[in-house]
Amino acid sequence: MRMSASALFVACLALSGLAGVPAPARAEIEVDVNRGDIRPLPLSIPGFSGDRGGDIARVIADNLGRSGLFAPIDPGDRTAEVSTEPDFAVWKSLGAQALVNGQVNLVDGRLQVDFRLWDTFAGQQLLGLQFTSTPENWRRVAHKISDAVYERLTGEKGYFDSRVVFVAESGGRLDRTLRLAVMDQDGANPSYLTDGSEIVLSPRFSASSQEITYMALRPDGSAVYLLNLETGRRESLGQFQGMVFAPRFSPDGAQVAFAVERNGNSDIWVMNLANRQSRRLTADPAIDTSPAFSPDGSKVVFNSDRGGSPQLYVMDASGGGARRISFGQGRYTSPVWSPNGDFIAFTRQGGGQFHIGVMRPDGSDERTLTSSYMDEGPTWAPNGRVLLFSRQEAGGEPRLWTVDVTGRILKPAPYSGGASDPAWSPLIN
Amino acid sequence: MTRTSALRWLSLLSAAAILAACQSTPKPAAETPKAPEATAPAESGTGASTVQPVRRPAPVTGAPLPGTVQDFVINVSDRVFFDVDQYDVREDAAVILERQAAWLKRYPGVQVRIEGNADERGTREYNIALGSRRASSVRDYLVGLGISPSRISTVSFGKERPIDPGADDEAFRRNRNAHTAIIGGAR
Repeated sequence: MRMSASALFVACLALSGLAGVPAPARAEIEVDVNRGDIRPLPLSIPGFSGDRGGDIARVIADNLGRSGLFAPIDPGDRTAEVSTEPDFAVWKSLGAQALVNGQVNLVDGRLQVDFRLWDTFAGQQLLGLQFTSTPENWRRVAHKISDAVYERLTGEKGYFDSRVVFVAESGGRLDRTLRLAVMDQDGANPSYLTDGSEIVLSPRFSASSQEITYMALRPDGSAVYLLNLETGRRESLGQFQGMVFAPRFSPDGAQVAFAVERNGNSDIWVMNLANRQSRRLTADPAIDTSPAFSPDGSKVVFNSDRGGSPQLYVMDASGGGARRISFGQGRYTSPVWSPNGDFIAFTRQGGGQFHIGVMRPDGSDERTLTSSYMDEGPTWAPNGRVLLFSRQEAGGEPRLWTVDVTGRILKPAPYSGGASDPAWSPLIN
Repeated sequence: MTRTSALRWLSLLSAAAILAACQSTPKPAAETPKAPEATAPAESGTGASTVQPVRRPAPVTGAPLPGTVQDFVINVSDRVFFDVDQYDVREDAAVILERQAAWLKRYPGVQVRIEGNADERGTREYNIALGSRRASSVRDYLVGLGISPSRISTVSFGKERPIDPGADDEAFRRNRNAHTAIIGGAR
């Protein structure tokens, strides 16, 4: 799972257009992510020619299909050479409005993948790119292509070249083993980061995608750690008097905000990682926990029961100016700011159920996206359009699910084991 | 660890209780057996054979040794319960904490850790904070009864350490608790 910087490098070149491709004849196809498209866009992705070509096409089709915005159509044994203009009639007759074709070459031991995206009805090329990497890095190339197609057709950044860190849960309710785990967003390359000998909670990515922070809970107390995924190096944020929990990086990675409990009272603190100086941001006798920064780093949303029940508050990142933003029915917890800054996602408990919801940072436009016995702990995809969270049925073990920001596209995430507390990485650079 | 040994003790005790119950009407058989006479082997081939009565074992009762973890768990009670989303000490909990404080005064070398727990009807990080409040509330109560704060540490397990695996109100009620764990100094 540790990859060298050079292996991670994926070169990207724009392919020159094919000769004889007609100029745009009419408006291009497009997908509106805000409508949660009730009818997903049908497209076909025949196996790319060359080594791993079939695998790459399958990973791209799975990614786009899972988003719920696209409906990949099985191409059967049809192929589409990338060096010539596709026979649009064939793909139109299949019902595919878009076509992705490509070829894989090994050039001096490097994997070189050319691909093109076509509007089959307009007979128009929408994208032509070449990615280069190491052969074992073929899945990342497929994710990069998925992101390029998604962005070209939706106008939004993709989120497929990313990873998820989470708590893998196994065993019965009374003897549960919790291990930190990391996987690609599509469930590939899962690996465990801890051995299950201690309770581990709340893993969160830094902006670099190479470092996580998490909490370890032991009978004699708790600790917050920083763990570098590439080197395996782990360090504690230090000793605190009382419990320390709920860590989260600032967007620039220079600080970690967290909660510290002293004599039963939890407050929000922030540590400057360069000089290890900590500063207290709240000093209220109520529970203050679960801080999360706005993407510009200027604000912190957090959870507090200072008003009598757990609700969401926004304050300045320097502390102070806290104002309540949640006013709906029930109890609000685990807020997290969208990377776009436009929404705050949260868990709401009401009517005997738990819900994932979103609201604007000023508390307006609240929407409930999900309901179940136990939905909790949302985390945003890097493009701010999809949420990953954990869902547990009564008496069952928690599983990872995704829902889009409209609430219409709800799916189990591609990880089949017990899992909770997911955190989505930013796009990998 | 503590829980396991306590459970083991409980099962030993209940085994003893069952034995005692079985013994409640001793049979006169206990008197009949004499020193076995040199019994000639039953004639082979005949149907009837004499069965030698065997003495039923005398009852054995068990009780924890005073000052042990088992003494504390069984005779004092090591857990108090809370209302939904609350951390104040209820009346039934106060009775138990008074017993705990009295026991802790009798055994001044004992160190305890108060472990706060929450039911699963809350989110993870909030429940850690809530469990801390419960642990702290119990610690303060014991200190108020004269136990030195230096003998008491606290921790919260949030909703991560339920004692009841169920998903109903009774399970939630049991899982909202503070556990007084003896971590040193017991006999």
